[in-house]
Amino acid sequence: MSAHPIRMAGIDKSFGPVRANRAASLDVAPGEIHALVGENGAGKSTLMKILGGLVEPDAGTVEVNGRDVTGWSTSDAIANGVGVVHQHFMLVPTLTVAENVVLGNEPRRGMLFDRTRALTDVNALIQKTGLVVPADRRVSELSVGEAQRVEILKTLYRGAKILILDEPTAVLSPPDVRELWTVLRKLRDDGGTIVLITHRLDEVIDISDTITVMRAGATVGRMTTSETTPAEIAKAMVGRDVALSVPGRETISGPGATADRPSSAAGALLLEVRDLSVSDSRRIRVVDGVTFSIRAGEVLGIAGVEGNGQTEIVEAIAGLRDIAAGSVVVSGHDVTRATVKDRRAAGIAHVPEDRHRRGLILEYSIAENLVLGAQDEFSKRGSLDGARIDAHAREQIAKFDVRPSTPAPAARTLSGGNQQKVVIAREMGRSFTVLLAAQPTRGVDVGAIEFIHRQIREARDAGKAILLVSAELNEVLALADTVAVMYRGKFAVTMPASDATPEVLGPYMTGGNSRDAA
Amino acid sequence: MNPFDFITQTLRIAVPYLFAASGGLVAERAGIVSLTLEGFMLSGAFSATLGSYYSGSAVIGVLAGAAGGLLFGLLHGIATVRFRADQVVSGIAVNLLVIGLTQVILMLLFDSSSNSPRVEGFQAGLSGFGDPLVWMGLASVPVVAFLLYRTPFGLRIQAAGEHPEAAASVGINVRFVRYVAVAISGVLAGLGGVYLALDQHQFTNNMTAGRGFIAIAAVIFGRWNPWLAGGACLLFATAETLQIQLQGVGGIPSQFIGMIPYVLTIVALAGLMGRAVAPAALGRAED
Repeated sequence: MSAHPIRMAGIDKSFGPVRANRAASLDVAPGEIHALVGENGAGKSTLMKILGGLVEPDAGTVEVNGRDVTGWSTSDAIANGVGVVHQHFMLVPTLTVAENVVLGNEPRRGMLFDRTRALTDVNALIQKTGLVVPADRRVSELSVGEAQRVEILKTLYRGAKILILDEPTAVLSPPDVRELWTVLRKLRDDGGTIVLITHRLDEVIDISDTITVMRAGATVGRMTTSETTPAEIAKAMVGRDVALSVPGRETISGPGATADRPSSAAGALLLEVRDLSVSDSRRIRVVDGVTFSIRAGEVLGIAGVEGNGQTEIVEAIAGLRDIAAGSVVVSGHDVTRATVKDRRAAGIAHVPEDRHRRGLILEYSIAENLVLGAQDEFSKRGSLDGARIDAHAREQIAKFDVRPSTPAPAARTLSGGNQQKVVIAREMGRSFTVLLAAQPTRGVDVGAIEFIHRQIREARDAGKAILLVSAELNEVLALADTVAVMYRGKFAVTMPASDATPEVLGPYMTGGNSRDAA
Repeated sequence: MNPFDFITQTLRIAVPYLFAASGGLVAERAGIVSLTLEGFMLSGAFSATLGSYYSGSAVIGVLAGAAGGLLFGLLHGIATVRFRADQVVSGIAVNLLVIGLTQVILMLLFDSSSNSPRVEGFQAGLSGFGDPLVWMGLASVPVVAFLLYRTPFGLRIQAAGEHPEAAASVGINVRFVRYVAVAISGVLAGLGGVYLALDQHQFTNNMTAGRGFIAIAAVIFGRWNPWLAGGACLLFATAETLQIQLQGVGGIPSQFIGMIPYVLTIVALAGLMGRAVAPAALGRAED
């Protein structure tokens, strides 16, 4: 059979005024792992939603295995062997692995749900694919890596031959990623076709056979992986040359990866955290006696699989979460019990990990977002001083390269990268001594990553103390002077960045090494 | 009073709670807030009275009552699933609507602001266990447990209440599941009201007197598990029996004794706060 598994041509799709896809195309040959790459908002997810039957295209054709299926439904797609592994897990936490896998196609005995057969079937599938998960365990008790295996099992149980994975590695530790690659290669070798959405270039090089690049809703290139380079892919994605500030793995472990980093002089202690413990709403210790300090001109990077206490540690220092035990000292002032406002006055700037929840008020304009928390400084006799707020906004927009470059648009209308620049501008555009940067480049495109990394480096060179938390190990390695890996609320290991590589840190991220082994 | 009588009285008092809590549990597990139970019960009680009055048959009364509960269940379903109305607001509206409607129709048909004429009920016998509704009420808990945990549809109800997007992504029609769940809750809670009306052989104004809300408390106290919720109903019914038996015992003012079931409800709920395990998508419209 020579028909291509997937052939999409001339796809147009608009959501209101936003054109998500314009004449986009995708052509995937049988038995390949195909990477679909592009900046945020390039239209990758929309294109895959159209393929998976979640969204109907305005124009264009979708062919699967040579048959025109344009505008089909989710159930049609499932029935015809197209399975989507969503970026956000589509699992019911209170049900077991087996129940989640069979949900919607439950084996029956008469009118009853045949739980025994569900277990047998799922276990057989686990045996066959090597996606090892305890089938009778509740999904809420699984690790992130295991949960993702359940997602893949779900699609395979429904007979998927074409597997679409949307940013599957975003939440995985390096060993989990390697295991995922093994499984995907095996699926491909068994005759499956795989489309992988990602914006990590090292992954594209690692795993894919062919690449389709999207930019601004359109398909701008199709390449063979073995014949291209990360720089070429990045250029196609952005439309110009990009300095890859998150280097591929081959450069990170080689010499010179830390060459642009001046040796951090022993500056003054700006942030001291002692025996910090934080409990969550269920009174479980999520940060458990963590101690560290950061000097002026130093970047401490916290790596680790998400959900090991990184969020809580940052929020506790920022004053957004109660501290159960321990102390936080900024430039010699104990702020353990201080309000958020007092902490900011003491010199803490905070770039929160979730810009929609903590970073911005989406309905407010760029200018208003830029003065959040500093309203007092921008008011006159109790009312806001519009002229000064506007002038301030213009200044910051120019300095931090926010686009569109006018103060009036609501934050909601900006792209992810520009929203993040607004947050960065507010937090780093005022005087501060300690920067808490949580996932500062999450979901932003290559160009914005480059910009944000430059801001962080400049702040370090200006003698600020920086706490960087990132799920992107490469980002931590590229920016930090000292690297800590967080696992189950503790620092599993702390080492100079010059000694750290993904291979060294990987095991700590999954609890493989104990502290003594370091 | 001998222990046997105490137990049978407790079970009879528990019947409307068991019906309503079982129904509420199905709706809540599917993600629909069940503040409506009071209204469903009252509409069931009133419809049963009408059915029995005009047909002279208690069985027709039961069917009419179930239909009354179903009607308002679907109304709540249309408001919250189809039109994505706030589930709490819709719930309150349903309750107020039923109270008002029953009063108006009571006045129109029977020219009374307080009660209907006497209607046919079941021959309950001395213990009350001649009434088939007692047995149905006791059976509602295992039936709902069976539905939730042993049938494919039960699995889908749980998925719709915990993670509707996940359910939709595997081709489950979440709206349909929620409609059916809220319809089931209307019928079951309606039957709870039917029992009240036919047991007293008449409808009296606002005769459910907050039982629907106690049933919600039982669902929460039972942590959305049918067996535990059934246990909570029995606990509340025990307190009520105790209250009835203690009336007239000297020394304690009757007002304090009257509070027992309600104080117990508050204590039971307060003791559980902080580790609630409500369905994750409870009250959230599907999109």
